[in-house]
Amino acid sequence: MRITQGTFSYLPDLSDDEVAAQIQYAIDQGWSIAVEFTDDPHPRNFLWDMWGLPMFDIADAAAGLHEVRACRDAYPERYIRVNAYDASLGRQTTALSFIVNRPSREPGFRLDRQEGSDRQIRYSLQAYAAQRPAGERYGRNETPNGAGHPGPASG
Amino acid sequence: MTGTPDSPPSDRWNAGVLPYAQMGYYEPDYVPKPTDVLVAFRISPQPGVPPEEAGAAVAGESSTATWTVVWTDRLTAHEHYQAKCYRVDPVPGREGEYIAYIAYDIDLFEEGSIANLTSSIIGNVFGFKALKALRLEDMRIPLAYVKTFQGPPHGIVMEREYLNKYGRPLLGATTKPKLGLSARNYGRVVYEALRGGLDFTKDDENINSQPFMRWRDRYLFTMEAVNRATEQTGEIKGHYLNVTAATMEDMYERAEFAKELGSVIVMADLTVGYTALQSMSRWARRNGVILHLHRAGHGTYTRQKNHGVSFRVIAKWCRLIGVDHIHAGTVVGKLEGDPSMVRGYYDTLRLGTVPLNLGQGIYFEQEWGSMPGTMPVASGGIHAGQMHQLLGYLGEDVVLQFGGGTIGHPMGVAAGATANRVAVEAMIKARNEGRDFRAEGDTILAEAAKGCQPLQTALDTWGDITFNYESTDTPDVVATPTA
Amino acid sequence: MSANAGPASSGFAMPRPGPGSAGANGATGPGDPEDTGTATPEPLSADDTVELGEEQQAQRLSRMLDEFDGEFVGLAPVKARVREIAALLLIDRLRQRYGLTSSRPSLHMCFTGSPGTGKTTVAMHMGEMLRELGYLRKGQLVSVTRDDLVGQYVGHTAPKTKEVLKRAMGGVLLIDEAYYLYRPENERDYGQEAIEILLQFMEAHREDLVVILAGYADRMDVFFRSNPGMASRVAHHIDFPDFTLDELMQIAGLMLDREQYQLSGPAREAFMEYVGLRMTQPRFANARSIRNAIDRMRLRQARRLVAAGGTIGRSSLMEISEADVRASRVFGDPPAPGDAPPPDADSHQ
Repeated sequence: MRITQGTFSYLPDLSDDEVAAQIQYAIDQGWSIAVEFTDDPHPRNFLWDMWGLPMFDIADAAAGLHEVRACRDAYPERYIRVNAYDASLGRQTTALSFIVNRPSREPGFRLDRQEGSDRQIRYSLQAYAAQRPAGERYGRNETPNGAGHPGPASG
Repeated sequence: MTGTPDSPPSDRWNAGVLPYAQMGYYEPDYVPKPTDVLVAFRISPQPGVPPEEAGAAVAGESSTATWTVVWTDRLTAHEHYQAKCYRVDPVPGREGEYIAYIAYDIDLFEEGSIANLTSSIIGNVFGFKALKALRLEDMRIPLAYVKTFQGPPHGIVMEREYLNKYGRPLLGATTKPKLGLSARNYGRVVYEALRGGLDFTKDDENINSQPFMRWRDRYLFTMEAVNRATEQTGEIKGHYLNVTAATMEDMYERAEFAKELGSVIVMADLTVGYTALQSMSRWARRNGVILHLHRAGHGTYTRQKNHGVSFRVIAKWCRLIGVDHIHAGTVVGKLEGDPSMVRGYYDTLRLGTVPLNLGQGIYFEQEWGSMPGTMPVASGGIHAGQMHQLLGYLGEDVVLQFGGGTIGHPMGVAAGATANRVAVEAMIKARNEGRDFRAEGDTILAEAAKGCQPLQTALDTWGDITFNYESTDTPDVVATPTA
Repeated sequence: MSANAGPASSGFAMPRPGPGSAGANGATGPGDPEDTGTATPEPLSADDTVELGEEQQAQRLSRMLDEFDGEFVGLAPVKARVREIAALLLIDRLRQRYGLTSSRPSLHMCFTGSPGTGKTTVAMHMGEMLRELGYLRKGQLVSVTRDDLVGQYVGHTAPKTKEVLKRAMGGVLLIDEAYYLYRPENERDYGQEAIEILLQFMEAHREDLVVILAGYADRMDVFFRSNPGMASRVAHHIDFPDFTLDELMQIAGLMLDREQYQLSGPAREAFMEYVGLRMTQPRFANARSIRNAIDRMRLRQARRLVAAGGTIGRSSLMEISEADVRASRVFGDPPAPGDAPPPDADSHQ
């Protein structure tokens, strides 16, 4: 399975150069760049862990790519995305958001149905991965650590 | 103006008929106030009627006047309430046509009521014999009046945050065939289109609750499809459930059921009327559901250049009402839409301040304050092969709907959806990389199609289709590029 | 848009932006507009020849170098080194176009010299020039000292240094008095951590960033001997000699012209004496000291004019008299041995 969140999910995974191109576009538009990661792929989960603070003052995509790579090194088996934020009046929201890393296996979701009266069904979406505790869902023995430092491989 | 006890009353109040221009409805020296509602009418006076008199007549008949002098006018501060035609311009290249600019005091209108605004301005004057034709071209709503309306229940920013989708146009499709499917099969079409890659699917405007498919059954089967598609993709999906009905009570009943079933969005047709739409808008904001408006029936009065109401005014009214989505034209599809005019509609719906631009048919600067924008929807005869043109003409904050272009795909509905999704993502990616996507669009699509068979098939099937007819509503003024 | 579409890969054959396969020609990021002449260079076949003069013109290089020469007084060795580096990079680019191997030359630099000799200004020009040649994508200058890199407590330094480095990516990072990073006598000093991070970035981001260390030559020497890792990464050492008396007078002349002041004949001679004396005194900061001196002369002129009162004309406002110069303490008697040294000559009276 392949979750298709993010702006470019229907295209083949972006190479580092392509990621840098998108980051440069965002910088040129005056948007700030942030890297986020998660192991909870539910579509309603918008609170991915922040990898460090958003970068407001960078002029070149290499700086953003540096952080993407650092996050990949720390969490190779998690979803990682790049968010670009537009702070201008009238917008003040995310302008671009795309996935730059995926776990090697994406088991997907299960749709639970609770039959009610009148043919109505209550739906509930569960990610198969989320059956395991945070940090053990995709890779093994990861330390969930959102402080922007690589998590040590703990036993 | 009026007589004092010692001097005789002026001719203004003698019983009988006076030209409107002499009753104070034509005031060329009048300076419009920031709180006035300003209107631009395209007037075609009957032969023998001077344009100023025609403009004054329109001003009069859309405010306080009637065809003869009435003494009861003197019981009011009538100069305050009468509309003033303050300017009449001939239209270049069109003999006998003029643009009349008329100012209305804000006191003439009820706060927050589109029904009142429209009854006031267009309720009376369009049948006036002294005019061969009359068109409401544009309207400037003062910020003070804008603030009395709710505006879009969510708006473009909130909708994107709700759906968690950024940086590209949203994609939709109307289920086809327009009529006749039963509920279960309807659900199948919805499921296939959503799991293939579209963000939304849509009831057609005439799907309400007919013998071949009642609304309740449609809603139940559709929501199964929407949830299954979400499970398959991990993305939030939606289907615009049409809540249009015969009475307001029925509309509420349908909307409540849609909400209970967990739909993120509902839709209504313009034919329910402005009052019903304002009620639905309030409901949508209170209940956290996105509201899509289909502009059913507008073409009867928006399309002809000399008579009716321009769509840009309808768009303004709908943003005030407000709605989150409104169909606003595609330029390159099967339905009417000159590129400059459509650009004017899109700017009116999306921007916070819309500057004056006669080339786009914008006759007044319009200030929206911080009222969120309404997402324009482009729907009607478009296909993936036009993606570069669509992005170029319409921009990124738009819903692109490919009904036939999804469901008519030779490899199936899901493949059709995938083709459209890959096309839009590839075009956005190329644009961000700095490529000249307008010029290289065909190349970009061809490159993307190499890795995506559905897209290749779509290009092969529809690549050459265009709809080239002369537009019936074009701008009077074309901007010439400065050297 | 771009002639070299990169290697065709399986699946998507969309052109990939950014540097090509072998090494790094540092060519522009995608979407870089055509104006700067840094568009991806066209490859050359073995028989092609290139007219070097034209090549430099096309790169706007010769004009930049000429401007550079014209803008700075003196600095002969610096100008020579800059031309050398420019030539090296030009040839390197040409080699790439012929398909010859060329690993990107190391561009990190060290500028040594006294304060006020033009190191920061030259660093700024260096950034622009490297952008013109296609070795840097943006060419902006980020200028820092030790305090901008080093934190006050554990865990503070790494993010601080990284922030600075990220801001400088695409351009030039100038670290003034870089030797202050190294304080072996204080074991709780976090400067070493900053040095480590700098070294990593200088290596890993050679294509994204040029680091220039600046400071006094002797202290830089000590720093490099204690940090061989740093020494090995710095390829270009440029010394900024102190200005000669004539050069300083020239600089003063330019400054006075810009401010629209004039020295009277005797004032000019007095000023030359002043500079000659001041140069030998401690804490002489070259061009900066000239700037300060001019400011003080303007102050004295103003005081003199206002004290004199009466009517005044345009030329009086422009003229600096000998008295305005001579009033400086620099002209006072040198201190006898054992006396306290005179107050700092650069301070305002």
